[in-house]
Amino acid sequence: MTAPVELGRPGLTGVPTTDAKQTKKEFTSDQEVRWCPGCGDYAVLAAVQGFLPDLGLARENIVFVSGIGCSSRFPYYMNTYGMHSIHGRAPAIATGLAASRPDLSVWVITGDGDALSIGGNHLIHALRRNVNLTILLFNNRIYGLTKGQYSPTSEQGKITKSTPMGSLEAPFNPVSLALGAEATFVARTIDSDRQHLTSVLSAAAAHRGTSLVEIYQNCNIFNDGAFEILKNRDSRDEVLIRLEHGEPVRFGADGRHGVRRNPATGSLEVCAGDDPGILVHDATADDPTQAFALSRLADPGTLARSPIGVFRRVERPAYGDLMSAQLDEAAQTQGEGDLQALLRGNDSWTVG
Amino acid sequence: MTVKHVRELDRVVIRFAGDSGDGMQLTGDRFTAETASFGNDLSTLPNFPAEIRAPAGTMPGVSSFQLHFANYDILTPGDAPDVLVAMNPAALKANLPDVPKGATIIVDTGDFTPRALKKVGWDTNPLEDTTLSAYKVHALDLSGITMEALAPFDLSRKDASRSKNMFALGLLSWMYGRSIDGTVTFLREKFASRETIRDANIAALKAGWNYGETTEDFAVSYQVKPAAMPAGTYRNITGNLALSYGLIAAARQSGLPLFLGSYPITPASDILHELSRHKRFGVRTFQAEDEVAAIGAALGASFGGALGVTTTSGPGVALKGETVGLAVSLELPLVIVDVQRGGPSTGLPTKTEQADLLQVLYGRNGESPVPVVAASSPSDCFHAAIEAVRIAVTYRTPVFLLSDGYLANGSEPWRVPDAESLPVIHPNFATELNHDDDGERDFWPYLRDPETLARPWAVPGTPGLEHRIGGIEKLDGPGTISYDPNNHERMVRLRQAKVDGVAGIGDLEVEDPSGAARLLVVGWGSTYGPIGAAVRRARKAGHNVAQAHLRHLNPMPANTGDVLRSYDRVLVPEMNLGQLALLLRGTYLVDVVGYNRVRGLPFKAEELADVIMEEVGAL
Ligand SMILES: Cc1ncc(C[n+]2csc(CCOP(=O)(O)OP(=O)(O)O)c2C)c(N)n1
Ligand code: SF4
Ligand SMILES: [Mg+2]
Repeated sequence: MTAPVELGRPGLTGVPTTDAKQTKKEFTSDQEVRWCPGCGDYAVLAAVQGFLPDLGLARENIVFVSGIGCSSRFPYYMNTYGMHSIHGRAPAIATGLAASRPDLSVWVITGDGDALSIGGNHLIHALRRNVNLTILLFNNRIYGLTKGQYSPTSEQGKITKSTPMGSLEAPFNPVSLALGAEATFVARTIDSDRQHLTSVLSAAAAHRGTSLVEIYQNCNIFNDGAFEILKNRDSRDEVLIRLEHGEPVRFGADGRHGVRRNPATGSLEVCAGDDPGILVHDATADDPTQAFALSRLADPGTLARSPIGVFRRVERPAYGDLMSAQLDEAAQTQGEGDLQALLRGNDSWTVG
Repeated sequence: MTVKHVRELDRVVIRFAGDSGDGMQLTGDRFTAETASFGNDLSTLPNFPAEIRAPAGTMPGVSSFQLHFANYDILTPGDAPDVLVAMNPAALKANLPDVPKGATIIVDTGDFTPRALKKVGWDTNPLEDTTLSAYKVHALDLSGITMEALAPFDLSRKDASRSKNMFALGLLSWMYGRSIDGTVTFLREKFASRETIRDANIAALKAGWNYGETTEDFAVSYQVKPAAMPAGTYRNITGNLALSYGLIAAARQSGLPLFLGSYPITPASDILHELSRHKRFGVRTFQAEDEVAAIGAALGASFGGALGVTTTSGPGVALKGETVGLAVSLELPLVIVDVQRGGPSTGLPTKTEQADLLQVLYGRNGESPVPVVAASSPSDCFHAAIEAVRIAVTYRTPVFLLSDGYLANGSEPWRVPDAESLPVIHPNFATELNHDDDGERDFWPYLRDPETLARPWAVPGTPGLEHRIGGIEKLDGPGTISYDPNNHERMVRLRQAKVDGVAGIGDLEVEDPSGAARLLVVGWGSTYGPIGAAVRRARKAGHNVAQAHLRHLNPMPANTGDVLRSYDRVLVPEMNLGQLALLLRGTYLVDVVGYNRVRGLPFKAEELADVIMEEVGAL
């Protein structure tokens, strides 16, 4: 496993830990998993259940909140606290929970429809506020639970039940969207790459503030093979760009391709792997321009040249911490609240 | 100096009216504060346009503040003003239809130019023709006199004339023997950093008082003696403030931290503003991106063991519906405050109505029972809020708390309760495994308390009680997903039975001093005052009338049907087209009759009294 850059784990500060050795089994609930056989969601579930013991957190202080969709059934399978809420609203619900309980590790599970259609507003505002949440966005580029309509990440022209002549809409790129929404942590990974998935999850959990992780997830029933070119041994090396902080951005067999900035236009373009101007990835850059440009490399239709890994990881105070600080400051400067004095007010008078 | 007479009155209704920019709300607030501390009973009705600054001098831009004060206990802000203070032609024209003949009108002539008159459709000057011949008119150039009084200050004409509301306040304070000391202190604090403005306003206030004292125009001043009130500490309070304090008090009484999720909307925003000021009480306020997020965050906080509250008005309730349903299914405490306003759609944002009753009861998918509590007066919002929290926490359920625009902004004196005497609310968090599974202990999140049918509230952080809940139907007891037909029916009926069984709501009490009334008048919410005043009038006129008022709309008190059936006639006045009437007819099969107005204003006591006497007469 590629260990994440050792940051400490500010994202988990305040969450009680345990010395007891934890196992994957402890994080597995007794509920029968009901996804279709072969669904990419299984791999993500296994990765999360397998990786959580590494954090050493008190299991009762972990909460998974989800919306509605196939992926949103996830919390039922975790032996932690959990809420399967309503379509699109998980980021809002999790915001109230995380802001009022700094001692919890709060995870949001959502789908491409859940997060980007009905819940788009909540997603961008959670990112903007930088609530201390880790959001796992299962992107299968389709509405799974409602049996196969196109989603806001489906490629234009997609034939589905609701678009028999092809969809008319340009898709969202969730990473670009998150960067535009002032996100402080944005990453992408793939359901089938357990090692990469785990390393990204680990970095996301360590981040304080909202971490958005887009997970390319195969829906083998309604959108099978949506990420095939990124997974197939024969094609993947040529089209998948693995981002490593501090490393040159190279891809292709033996790193024969690279990415550099076009000095004339300022945009990113593919170059030879040994190009002297090759871009070095800096996820911690304050300015999100380069992370955004990297996110635009992917072809919106085929997803060829999709970067995976951590695009952006910068520090900004988390919403809940700022809120707690105001409460502390108020209590310190004005004294703890006195209910009787509040009720009496400054303009009272006495009778009898 | 002229000899001044003092005449004694038992009650007075004053209405201040002017442009939205004339400071009429502030003027009214200050007169109210002085009247309250003088010891009169009082009730107020602010009335302002939805636009922040409607075009100056136009009828839609008129803002007014009505105050009723008396030497006895009163119930309404008064049907019609005895005194109208009109700061411009638009204010005079807009309010004149409400002023009874013989009443006093104090009018600022400063702005009675042909152009200003034309703006409101007056071809001739009403001060010079017969328009006002039936009234006692004091036509004064308030703007001019104020500017003259402020000549020593280094102020532009415009700035000087801005203080004319303080001049008017000073004059009215003299007329009714109110002190102006409190207002002087208030102005000192408000304009502490702007000395000239501070001193000019204080000078204008005093000039107004002196004007009354010295000019011959005002030969008489009036005295309204303090009302006899039970001993105690009093303050004046609006509904929104009382509601905010009720929530803070309930949080303390339950030991739960208060979390408010809210999206600004008139007339509920002031609760968000108020609670945001009380962080020292541990109150967290979250201004969300929309109403859905606001209630979502509140529900998330409740899941974490906070007292989750969301505040809104009718349009916001419409957006929150799906999340209220989720809260019904999750069975978590949550308070949804609906400060009702005129609808449908944007409707009348700044005016009152009580037409959301059916929305809060039935505006959701599926069988989704939610308890409903309605406040009956501005100060009652305090106790109603505590009651809503009690039900929410005890029964692990969302609860609707209904207020409305009239209660929200209207005010009355309030006997400040002893904080130690407030009811204690027990969250009773679950901390232990609660079920035996073949010798092994486990936790069932939907194992109900046999008495209340409430489920255990186990908050994250409690070891061993990890569990998952959601909006999908749950197996009775274990709370795991279940699509079983019989289980669903059982759960639907259990949720209904839990709400139907909410205890501690008391009987519906009837007030009938005669003991012989055959007509019962039933109301809910903010109509309490107007109905009470109307019933008093009818009784004074020699009629026997009984009155009852519902605080709990769901469930209703157990004796409601018996009470209704024991009268020959039941009259239900409502500021909607008959929503409670529909419920009473449907639930109790009693042929109640409605009296329904939706003018965006509270009922007038006289109008209601006529209706009541007509009903009695028909018996
Ligand atoms: C208010 C509301 N509208 C519509 C639905 C129906 N619905 C459930 S899931 C879903 C789309 C799910 O798509 P996605 O978020 O991509 O999740 P997936 O099933 O693909 O994991 C829709 C439209 C609903 N449950 N609630
Ligand atoms: S429909 Fe698709 S996303 Fe849903 S469970 Fe089946 S394979 Fe997975
Ligand atoms: Mg999907």
